[in-house]
Amino acid sequence: MSKLDKSDVEKIAFLARLGIDEQDIPEYATNLSNILDMVEQLDSVNTDDVTPMAHPLDAVQRMRADEVTEVNDRENLQAHAPEVEAGLFLVPRVVE
Amino acid sequence: MYNKTIAELIAGLQAGDFSSVELTQSYLERINALDEQLNSFITVTPELALEQAKQADAQRAAGNAGILNGIPLAQKDIFCTKGVKTSCGSRMLDPFISPYNATTIEKFNQSGAVMLGKTNMDEFAMGSSNETSWYGPVKNPWSLSTVPGGSSGGSAAAVAARLTPAATGTDTGGSIRQPASFCGITGLKPTYGRVSRYGMIAFASSLDQAGPMTRTAEDAALMLNVMAGIDPRDSTSVDAPVPDYSATLNDSLDGLKIGLPKEYFSEGLDDAVAKVIDAAVKEYEKMGATVKEVSLPNSKLAVPTYYIIAPSECSSNLSRMDGVRFGHRCEDPKDLNDLYIRSRGEGFGPEVKRRILVGTYALSEGFYDAYYVKAQKTRRLITNDFNQAFDDVDVIMGPAAPSTAFNIGELTDDPITMYLSDIYTIAVNLAGLPGMSIPAGFVNNMPVGLQLIGKHFSEARLLNIAHQYQQNTDWHNQTPEQFS
Repeated sequence: MSKLDKSDVEKIAFLARLGIDEQDIPEYATNLSNILDMVEQLDSVNTDDVTPMAHPLDAVQRMRADEVTEVNDRENLQAHAPEVEAGLFLVPRVVE
Repeated sequence: MYNKTIAELIAGLQAGDFSSVELTQSYLERINALDEQLNSFITVTPELALEQAKQADAQRAAGNAGILNGIPLAQKDIFCTKGVKTSCGSRMLDPFISPYNATTIEKFNQSGAVMLGKTNMDEFAMGSSNETSWYGPVKNPWSLSTVPGGSSGGSAAAVAARLTPAATGTDTGGSIRQPASFCGITGLKPTYGRVSRYGMIAFASSLDQAGPMTRTAEDAALMLNVMAGIDPRDSTSVDAPVPDYSATLNDSLDGLKIGLPKEYFSEGLDDAVAKVIDAAVKEYEKMGATVKEVSLPNSKLAVPTYYIIAPSECSSNLSRMDGVRFGHRCEDPKDLNDLYIRSRGEGFGPEVKRRILVGTYALSEGFYDAYYVKAQKTRRLITNDFNQAFDDVDVIMGPAAPSTAFNIGELTDDPITMYLSDIYTIAVNLAGLPGMSIPAGFVNNMPVGLQLIGKHFSEARLLNIAHQYQQNTDWHNQTPEQFS
């Protein structure tokens, strides 16, 4: 049922912005189809009255006071960035 | 010196038998001489280690030694360490020098511990054999042709080969317990939220948890005493009292009720491994425990549930690796999409890509309810099974893995069989429970781990149960011949 083909893999890879070599696509298609077949075992279980479990302790997010606790540490944080200029991260031109 | 536990080393340092500098030097020499055979370290940090050791000795002389003062440790390369490469086993983060410390690292620093270096691991902790590391596979010190398990394979191998007295690991689906089992050491995955995840590079945020990998349960208690506790920087860390994990190690096991899940002793379990586990349980009966069969009927759903939840969360977490702010960036990107696509394509290895793709698919429009929400529902069924079993028993025991360590290369072409090597550990993460693996014997000279699973926040009891076994057996003291 969940047989994925080449174009499915290409589409998912683009959604994930993930480069995949052309020659590896058939293998990924097979791997992913097998994994999806494996997880389809779950379809045989009736879960109609089950509440989804998002947190292993069923806890909710703890809130904190809305106070500034971090100092500006830009230089340190940008020290190992791929490309930085004047305190800004550089990327290829987006707007002409 | 290298055959001593943390507890013994603390006594030696206190008595002045050796200094931390001498101790640290001797481990650095051992790593230098022997790790070429194992590849258990990605980065060794001799200058930092000796500086920390010197500082520890000075603090001891001044009368303010922390609880792990002067003790050398290895840290899994998933923990951010300020000023030190933090690669997570990936080419993506090979250029990443962390600008800050993980809370766990910060706590070890405060306790006076010394960092020997950063250990090898499966890429972004995704793997069960340490073969997905960009830095090459780690070898199991018990047999160099076999895997050490994963993802904390470097930590497990380094502790087993006595290249460090202890190490940290992280466990999302078995990544502390399965390598502990394969390498014959003690590994503890605490309750979800017991240890801060701040600065621990996220794989699957509803499952990840850090814990100690040590020779003995006594040492694991010493490590957990440092690691456990609420952290304002991790909103999922739990505000529950932290007991002294060393204080109850010697409690009696008289009347302890052990549950053996019948699903963990059925098809798929190696017969010889089953015999070792049976013998370990008998040992507990001699100590006054009673044994009862329990059932975890939804066990078979654990692996498929995990392979929706973990990849979904990983695809989201790893989206931050975009080649813009840190990590690997491709050459000459022609536009922003090209920058993302090629940086990520070059930076991630095949197993990480597989999981990102599965997760992206499961979370994509139209499939979210069918996959992620469905898996969250089966996750609850799996958790309910444990809750029910714990109505009748204090601890659940079984194998940590279905076999001993497999050969390097044996399962790399078969992702699903590889996934099944975590069949007994994954459910514990889904339920957020604490679990341990302790050495319980050998099959053909390869170690077998006994898994202990407890109720939420029962780490002290698990450590007590493990320690009592280690007082009555000698499996945890065995050293691989080549490294003894």
